[in-house]
Amino acid sequence: MKVVVCVKQIPDPADPGALDPDTKTLRRDVKLILDESDSYGVEMALQLVDAAGEGSVHLVSMVPNDEVSGLRTALAMGADSATLISDEALAGSDALGTSRVLAAAIERAEPDLVLAATESSDGYTGVVPAQVAELLGLPSVTFAKEISIDGGTATVRRQTEAGADRVECPLPAVVSVTAGVVEPRYPSFRGIMQAKNKPVDNLKIADLQIAAEQVGWAGAGQEITDIADAPERAAGEVVVDEGDAHERIVAFLDELKVI
Amino acid sequence: MTLDKIWVYCEGGADGVATITLEMLAKAREVAGTVEAFCGGDGAACAAELGDHGATAVYSTGDLGGRMQGVSVASAVAAAVSSGSVAAPDAFLLGTTYDGRDVAARLSVKLDASVLSNVVDLRLDGDRLVGVEPVFGGTINVTSRFTNGGPDIWLVRPKSFEPSAVGGPPAESVELPVPDLGAAGGAVVLDRFTEESEGPKLDEAAIVVSGGRGLGSAEAYSMIEQLAKELGAAPGASRAIVDAGWVPYSYQVGQTGKVVKPTVYIACGISGATQHLVGMKGSKNIIAINKDSEAPIFAVADLGIVGDVHKVVPKLTEALEGR
Repeated sequence: MKVVVCVKQIPDPADPGALDPDTKTLRRDVKLILDESDSYGVEMALQLVDAAGEGSVHLVSMVPNDEVSGLRTALAMGADSATLISDEALAGSDALGTSRVLAAAIERAEPDLVLAATESSDGYTGVVPAQVAELLGLPSVTFAKEISIDGGTATVRRQTEAGADRVECPLPAVVSVTAGVVEPRYPSFRGIMQAKNKPVDNLKIADLQIAAEQVGWAGAGQEITDIADAPERAAGEVVVDEGDAHERIVAFLDELKVI
Repeated sequence: MTLDKIWVYCEGGADGVATITLEMLAKAREVAGTVEAFCGGDGAACAAELGDHGATAVYSTGDLGGRMQGVSVASAVAAAVSSGSVAAPDAFLLGTTYDGRDVAARLSVKLDASVLSNVVDLRLDGDRLVGVEPVFGGTINVTSRFTNGGPDIWLVRPKSFEPSAVGGPPAESVELPVPDLGAAGGAVVLDRFTEESEGPKLDEAAIVVSGGRGLGSAEAYSMIEQLAKELGAAPGASRAIVDAGWVPYSYQVGQTGKVVKPTVYIACGISGATQHLVGMKGSKNIIAINKDSEAPIFAVADLGIVGDVHKVVPKLTEALEGR
């Protein structure tokens, strides 16, 4: 069984930097790390291959520079190989442009299953997994909490507004995985060493028969027209608990007439 | 100058049309001459409520027989538009929901149209729509528009607009046939499970009590549930403890997760990462309990308690008992 996991390298959310005044988008010329949201897909893929008793986990990622450190993190967790589409022309891509590139790279890998996070932690458009599925003509199940594979069929427990759906889906398929459903393993020292020698196929968009004007700023069907500070919320009263702070909360709730 | 026509994706269940749908209908009426709804399922059942909120027609697929909303509805809309049986609207509005995202994503590929996600406001700029998306924990608002000639596909955050009924006649029910989906339509829902929760729903509750990493352990989350129960509140969570597997994703308040705007939001052991703030900053009143006096959550709290959640929360629950 071959599982492809889409992963994204993003600016560290703990220190997300700033908007670039020229492009009005998040600056990405900082150190990029593996999006934590993707670690669940990687873990899920490793567990599914383990359960199947055979197979491999291949990563697909794209980046406008030549960053690989986030990819190495996922390889160190145990993924076998990676395709990295690294091309300056990708800067400024919208979700559809991103999905075109990922879909083209995934198609070459001929996977049985494609996993992704439900959304990235920086752009969080939340539409890429289903766009990739549509581009590949595949079924998709988004917001998966559990996945099991039996032969050519996946059974997925999908988060819904009311609770969950049990969905049956023939493979190949695209499944997006919600955070927290598996515990991502920490890369071992051995894993980190091995990751340095795992194959990373570096591609340009031309290798995928994608033209520069289909992606990046040129291909994005949207533009930012304005950036403004949001109205600030004023901070209120701060009380240091001396053992009776709960009484202040009760009084506050009383004032609001909610209790 | 308004748009000619907007289509609003209708979601709902046994309880009627979803609130997010009614919210979008209200905004659509402000910016477009004609507002129509589309849905995967039985549109006729929603026609009266949709009409009451200003939709003049509802295009619906009929029973999907367990097939997924995303691929079914997007394929049906694209087929209708490309065959010319339906004139394409200027814009599609869909909620940032589980199914809304799927429909928007599939539709964007089929129509070769870009999607703008997570917008909290829409307005006319000349004869076109612009949308506002909060970034960096809601400290900055980014305004965007489409450049590819449309139709626009907007994914709208719940709680962005107020529903308002206008007392219109029932929406005209129009069939929206689903074409052969091929392999892409292979996923089928076998069973639907409803999570029984005693209290109100997270995004509808008047009071929300959320827990974060400061609770220290998954077991300690029970103190959040007890306080929520005592207040008739919905329990929520920060992303950190959802990622840690302490509570399900459906509890998550934040940029990824639910946006809530209750009368009172009580943040317990939540530091206030930008990820979280964007999901709860719109609450009318915020109470924060955190032992770190420097925690960013205090910058948005109306009442901040610098203290240990393990001490303050149980005492608060006890004080509320019997009231």
